[in-house]
Order: sequence, then C-alpha cells, then structure tokens
Amino acid sequence: MLEVRGVRKSFGEVEVLRGVDLQVEQGDVVAILGPSGSGKTTLLRCMNFLETASGGELIFDGETFPMSHTSRKDIARLRRKTAFVFQNYNLFRNKTALQNVTEGLIVARKMPKAQALEIGRQALEKVGLSDRCDYYPNQLSGGQQQRVAIARAMATNPEIIYFDEPTSALDPELTGEVLAVMRQLAEEGMTMLVVTHEMNFAKQVSSQVVFMEHGVVAEQGASREFFLHPQQERTKAFLRTLSGEIR
Amino acid sequence: MNGEWWSLMADSFGKILIPGLTMTIPLTAISFSLALVIAVVVALVQFANVRVLKQAARFYVWVVRGTPLLVQLFVVFYGLPNVGILLDPFPAAVLVFSLNEGAYCSETIRAALESVPAGQMEAGQCVGMSYLQVIRRIVLPQALRTAFPPLSNSLIAMIKDTSLAANITVTEMFMVTQRIVARTYEPLILYIEVGLIYLLFCTVLTKVQSAVEKRMRTYG
Ligand SMILES: Nc1ncnc2c1ncn2[C@@H]1O[C@H](COP(=O)(O)OP(=O)(O)OP(=O)(O)O)[C@@H](O)[C@H]1O
Ligand SMILES: [Mg+2]
Repeated sequence: MLEVRGVRKSFGEVEVLRGVDLQVEQGDVVAILGPSGSGKTTLLRCMNFLETASGGELIFDGETFPMSHTSRKDIARLRRKTAFVFQNYNLFRNKTALQNVTEGLIVARKMPKAQALEIGRQALEKVGLSDRCDYYPNQLSGGQQQRVAIARAMATNPEIIYFDEPTSALDPELTGEVLAVMRQLAEEGMTMLVVTHEMNFAKQVSSQVVFMEHGVVAEQGASREFFLHPQQERTKAFLRTLSGEIR
Repeated sequence: MNGEWWSLMADSFGKILIPGLTMTIPLTAISFSLALVIAVVVALVQFANVRVLKQAARFYVWVVRGTPLLVQLFVVFYGLPNVGILLDPFPAAVLVFSLNEGAYCSETIRAALESVPAGQMEAGQCVGMSYLQVIRRIVLPQALRTAFPPLSNSLIAMIKDTSLAANITVTEMFMVTQRIVARTYEPLILYIEVGLIYLLFCTVLTKVQSAVEKRMRTYG
C-alpha cells in the first residue's frame, strides 16, 4: 500500500537519512525503533512532506511521487489520505477538543457541519473523551490531549496514521491510556507507522518492526521474529540495552 | 484654587469634551481600525515570505518608523498640495495616523505570528488544510490574541498622539483648548483640564482592555 525507496535527507552538511527503504501493507502496524538521532522522526516527517527529502520516492496506492519535488497539489492530495500524531500533540490551541477533530473535516474536506460534528463526537467517544468535547487543549492533561490528537487523526478516515513517539512526552501513568487507544485502532485494522520507544507496544501490538541506525534501516522483519531472533549484531546490542524494559 | 478657576473649568469642560467625542475619538477609531488592517497584511506578507511584497513591507516599516509623526503630517497636509494632492485636514490625519500606526502594529503582529509554534501549522497541514486556511483559522487568531495587550498599548498611545493633528488644523480637543486659552489667557488650568480628559479616555480604554483580556483567558 505504501512504500518508500532510497529516502535521503541532509540538514546542511549532515546526512541524516542515507537511503531508507520501507514497505507498509494495508493493516500493518509497523514499529520503527532505533537509538536517538538515528533519523526516525526525520523519516516520518519526510514521508508526510513536513520536511522535503533530498531524494527518494514514495509509492502510495500504486502512484509514485518523487519525494524531493512533489507538487503542492499532490502533497495536499496525499495528506488527505494520511494523518499524523505528533510527539507533543500539537492540538490547535484556539480550538476546543471537538473543534480540533472537526476542523479538518469542515475546512479541508468541506463536509457539512452537522455531519462533521457527528463524526467528531464519535471519534472523541472512541478515545474515551465524550465528556471533554468543549475543553480547550490547555484544560486537558497530556494523555487526554494526545487522545484528542488521535481522534483528530482517525476522524479524517485516513488510510494510514503516522505516530511519532506518541507517548514519550507523557508521564508513565498516562502512557497506558494512549497505548490502549492505539491498540484498539490496530485491532480494528488501521494501518499504522509508529516511531516508539515502548518495547511492549512494539512487541505486543506491531506486526512489523523496523530498526533504524545512522540514517538507514539496519534490520526489519515480522515483529515476533525480530524480537526472538534478531539477525544483526547492532540490533542485538540495541535490544540488550533495553532488556531492562522488556519483560 | 479660586472660584474663577472652577467656573472656567466647568464652562470649558463641555467645549473641550465635545470635540473629544466628535473628533479625537472618531479620528482614533477610524485610523486605528485601518492601521490594524494594514498591519495584518504587512505582517502576513513578511511571515509568509511573499517575495517582492516582503521587501516592500520592510521598506514601508523602515521609512515610517524612521521619520517623526509630525513630519509625516506636514508632508501630507502641507507638502502634497505642491504635487496637486489636496486633502482636507481630517482625511489627511486619518491617512497619516493609519499608515504610521500600521507600521508599528505590523511589527507587533509579526512577532506574535512568529511566536505561534511551528507545530500548529504542521498539524493544520496534516489534517489537510492549505497554508492559507491554517493561517486564517489557526495561526492568525492565536497571534492576534498574543498581540492584544501590546496593540491595546498602541491604541492608548495613539489617542494621545492625535493631539498632533492640531498642527494640520484638525479641530480636535487640543486645538479647541488652544483656542480657549487664546481667549482666556488661562493656559495652566485649561491644559491640565484637557490632559485630564485624555486621562479619562485612556482610563476607559484600559478598563475595556482588561475586561477583554479576562474573557480571552479561556484558552492558551
Ligand atoms: N531541523 C533540523 N536541522 C538540523 N538537524 C536536524 C534537524 N532535525 C533533525 N536533525 C538532526 O537529524 C538527526 C536525526 O534526528 P531525528 O529527530 O530524526 O532523530 P530520531 O531518530 O527521531 O531521534 P529521537 O529518538 O531522539 O527522537 C539528529 O542528529 C538531529 O540532530
Ligand atoms: Mg524523534
């Protein structure tokens, strides 16, 4: 369904992505792991054109897009099929929870307001926040904000949702509520690409794991295989450093 | 204070207050409204990096901020007739005040736009909105809220600056006061009186400002 080939990205002299290949099938939950600074965020941002890659191509539903020079129109079209959940939520600060969810429907997709509100309420209910519709982001806890952000992502009925460390800005006790929502989404068959440091999530929820290091994919495979029989030395070393967290 | 002063103050109070209400306040209100429109446009073309317009905006801000308001009033009112542009005092004052204030306010709004986290724009684009849609619905409203206190400050400064319009024969409060002084030879009492009326206007504005700020505190 979604594939990227040879993604490159440099910030000035520094080459952060050095030819990343990645494939996502419909219904996959792909976890992207890797040490800090390996380029995970940058990859995700390039895939949604928040950064312009220096090279590489993106294939979405059989259509190929050159990542360094995709037209604004194509980017807009692609973004309508995808959604992004940010590490720091990025809820619209001047909108209520419900408006955060409906904004993209009413403004970008020209959906009738009544229908958008209906979808918005359903999405918030699904993340357990139907009683917080009229709250502004600053009146919500971090975990609640992130759940609104996930509702906002779901509401547009995307083909894939990108998550960039959705729980790493949260206190441990709030992490669970967000992961539960993501787990539910995964069970419903949503295609997800998740950068995460949550090994339990990667082990239990993801179907595929991609391990990145120094701007390339060092190893990837089915989640089970990846954790049971890592192939690369680097992967083993990485998993060992995290073994404290893995039960 | 003797009784004569009191009666002079009482007599002149209405005479000064009326041009305040019919001239000073409309001049301020119209000029400031236009200034806000100019400021938003000038700030946005810079924020959005619109190529030629951005240079033009910087040039405008540079010239207006670098020259005295009084000089600008004189150039427009006494100078422009030389090239065939003859403006009545009031429109000339509105033109100068709105252009002048627009330059200052545009810097306030530009700074406020830049203070909106980049993530707001990114999130907006990720839900499918266009750049302009995100600006209009997400970024600009947040920026204007941030800019509200400094803009109120500018408005308060402006209501006092309109006294300069007396120099181009606008019959606003200060000019009327000068005329009464010329008749009565009581500069101390009358200039203090007009000062107090400015103070009254500014006090009302300050109260309105804090009331609005309190209402806006719901988010952010
Ligand atoms: N806007 C930028 N300008 C310059 N360098 C950047 C920029 N964004 C990222 N980098 C650099 O790119 C490298 C990869 O960053 P990236 O954020 O993609 O890493 P990451 O794998 O997401 O790390 P983490 O796990 O800490 O989030 C880092 O060395 C970082 O300093
Ligand atoms: Mg990151």
